Amino acid sequence: MASQDITPVGADSAKVSLLNDPRIRGYIYQAVVLAVIFGVGYWVVNNTIANLQRAHLASGFGFLDGRSGFDISSHPFTNYSSDSTYITALYVGFLNTLLVAVAGIITATFLGFIIGVGRLSHNWLIRKLCTVYVEVFRNIPPLLVIFFWYSGVLAILPQARQSIALPFSTYLNNRGFFFPVPVFGEGAWLAGVAFVVALIGTFFVRRWAYKRQMATGQQFPVLWTAAALIIGLPLLAFGLKGFPLTFDRPVLGAFNLSGGSLVGPEFMSLYLALSFYTASFIAEIVRSGIRGVGRGQSEAAHALGLRAGTTTRLVVVPQAMRIIIPPLSSQYLNLTKNSSLAVAVGYPDLFAVGGTILNQTGRSIEVVAIFIIVYLSLSVATSLFMNWFNAKMALVER
Amino acid sequence: MKNLVLKSVLGASALVLLATAAASAGTLDDVKKKGFVQCGVNTGLAGFAAPNDKGEWSGFDVDYCRAVAAAVFGDATKVKFTPLSAKDRLPALQSGEIDVLIRNTTWTLSRDTQGFDFPGVNYYDGQGFMINSKKLSGINSALQLSGASVCVQAGTTTELNLADYFKANKMQYNPVVFEKLEEVNAAYDAGRCDVYTTDQSGLYAIRLTLSAPDDHVVLPEIISKEPLGPVVRQGDSQWADVVRWTHFALLTAEELGITKANVEELTKSDSPEIKRVLGQEANTKLGTDLGLTNDWVVNIVKAVGNYGELFESNVGAGSKLKIARGINAQWSKGGLQYAMPIR
Ligand SMILES: N[C@@H](CCC(=O)N[C@@H](CS)C(=O)NCC(=O)O)C(=O)O
Repeated sequence: MASQDITPVGADSAKVSLLNDPRIRGYIYQAVVLAVIFGVGYWVVNNTIANLQRAHLASGFGFLDGRSGFDISSHPFTNYSSDSTYITALYVGFLNTLLVAVAGIITATFLGFIIGVGRLSHNWLIRKLCTVYVEVFRNIPPLLVIFFWYSGVLAILPQARQSIALPFSTYLNNRGFFFPVPVFGEGAWLAGVAFVVALIGTFFVRRWAYKRQMATGQQFPVLWTAAALIIGLPLLAFGLKGFPLTFDRPVLGAFNLSGGSLVGPEFMSLYLALSFYTASFIAEIVRSGIRGVGRGQSEAAHALGLRAGTTTRLVVVPQAMRIIIPPLSSQYLNLTKNSSLAVAVGYPDLFAVGGTILNQTGRSIEVVAIFIIVYLSLSVATSLFMNWFNAKMALVER
Repeated sequence: MKNLVLKSVLGASALVLLATAAASAGTLDDVKKKGFVQCGVNTGLAGFAAPNDKGEWSGFDVDYCRAVAAAVFGDATKVKFTPLSAKDRLPALQSGEIDVLIRNTTWTLSRDTQGFDFPGVNYYDGQGFMINSKKLSGINSALQLSGASVCVQAGTTTELNLADYFKANKMQYNPVVFEKLEEVNAAYDAGRCDVYTTDQSGLYAIRLTLSAPDDHVVLPEIISKEPLGPVVRQGDSQWADVVRWTHFALLTAEELGITKANVEELTKSDSPEIKRVLGQEANTKLGTDLGLTNDWVVNIVKAVGNYGELFESNVGAGSKLKIARGINAQWSKGGLQYAMPIR
């Protein structure tokens, strides 16, 4: 722009070669670089495909609808069998990855917040315990933490025949944690409807209470009302239908407990390890987030007459969140990616199942490509969600 | 995670290499130029491939690698070993990391059509089950295993046969699948599973490594055919021939009574057959047509012995495994091992 301003208007200006115009020159350079990149890219891709085909290494994704032939130990939410296709097997692996990642993220966040706040506690013992936790878990490689839990679980828990019986027909042994699953009888749908109604009701009560407080300053016990609605209403509906509920309880069979449902030691150890490991990082993030809110903020709140609890909830935490959320996203991404360590303890996540498929079919390039695409998409999805959340929490300037 | 990164990086660099690699010469020429055979073996399966207390590789499959080296170089020490897990073995061969894979690998149609060739079968095996007879005293047949947890290694034919067998017999089971052999062994030893399944030869070898080997029994059922043999890349028939005829040479030597001890002496034999096999016929071209020297069989047998000697010392009577020859006996003794004629 600037160059145009100082170009004298006159006969000369038409004679200035286009090549001497920095703007045009910039465009030309960029076009050349782009062409080179595309050219090299095209050459690499083309040559690679030709060479791969000659080496019988890549022949497309057609194999994915073939019969898998192998079984997968844990396939919640899907009806997988050895007759299913490879793509179904991959989907099962993907769901298992998602399951352990989501469960791990939730637990790690809770644990991390508690420990992070604990590190700022006025109580010496709590403060020291939390510090020890962070220092221990942060400094051990996650794979070791996983092995620690896995061999710990296998070594300490008894064999199937000496299962530890726990309350509510649950059992614990080295094959996992067994629990009864509810089997809903006829008429149970009414409870479901009641639950949805309660949720909607809660939403309106909350809105009404907020408006009233804004208008009149009077408060309303929203939490208690919500709890009463969400628990009470379905229970009432259930009672009306005469409690149509039975339980499929685990019973001891020839080898193991059968019936009910179970959480295997593979999932357990991976989930605990990922949660405990990531929680130590989240704790540090939370601590620095809270520390990052100026002292003046809470002093001002106190001066206004807010009590300590309210100050934390309404003044400190919302501001701390703005510092906490961005680094928190990276921790979530790390946890998801670390879940591929599952293969070490035989948990059938995407990476483990994909590895088996890779071996059974010999399609290494294709399977690795699927890994890259899936983990990349998971990370991008997490990032997008966290960015949205961050924007929602950001300072609203008025 | 690290693994994933590593694999992706390897994958990426493999792509770059592939993008630039010119068509390479035959494996035999490459091997001769390199000066050694790169042989893929098991990570540690007693009797087949395992480092001994001196840190040297030993075992039935390992000796096959040495035999190939002896055939090519007349020197059985010109071989390097790459230990490979079940999952990594075929990609390693495909990518050219190894020249030949000799690692209890089953010859199947899908592997044969995935870009590999199986020059022969050096051990006829079948899949079996092992249980802890102390803990499961009432069980003496695989048909009683419904409801059991079964330990198995990922990426094997074992995993597939297992699914078929339980399905065919309408039995339930819970697969516990690991990628590495040590992980399967540890989980079985810790009681995570009731049953261990793999090739029967493998079961005998693994039983030796458990904390109380005598507590474990191998059930009588054999649920599959597992013809184990060396594997090469498809499309290089010259190299496949070298491996195939090394195998036949070991078998032929046994048939003709040529042993490690007497091979030198037998080069002076009058028997036309022995003379031909040992390359002592006038104007013979058998060895050179294979791309080797004419005394290739002498070199093989001098270095490792014949098939029978390999079997007995590594997995048979002379070893801890004490596996009987069974169907791996010579065809003339009621077994399946049958060498094509060297002529
Ligand atoms: N023959 C079967 C199974 C061969 C196999 O990998 N067996 C296991 C158990 S005996 C093994 O040797 N594992 C050793 C390792 O992965 O290091 C196949 O070719 O798929």
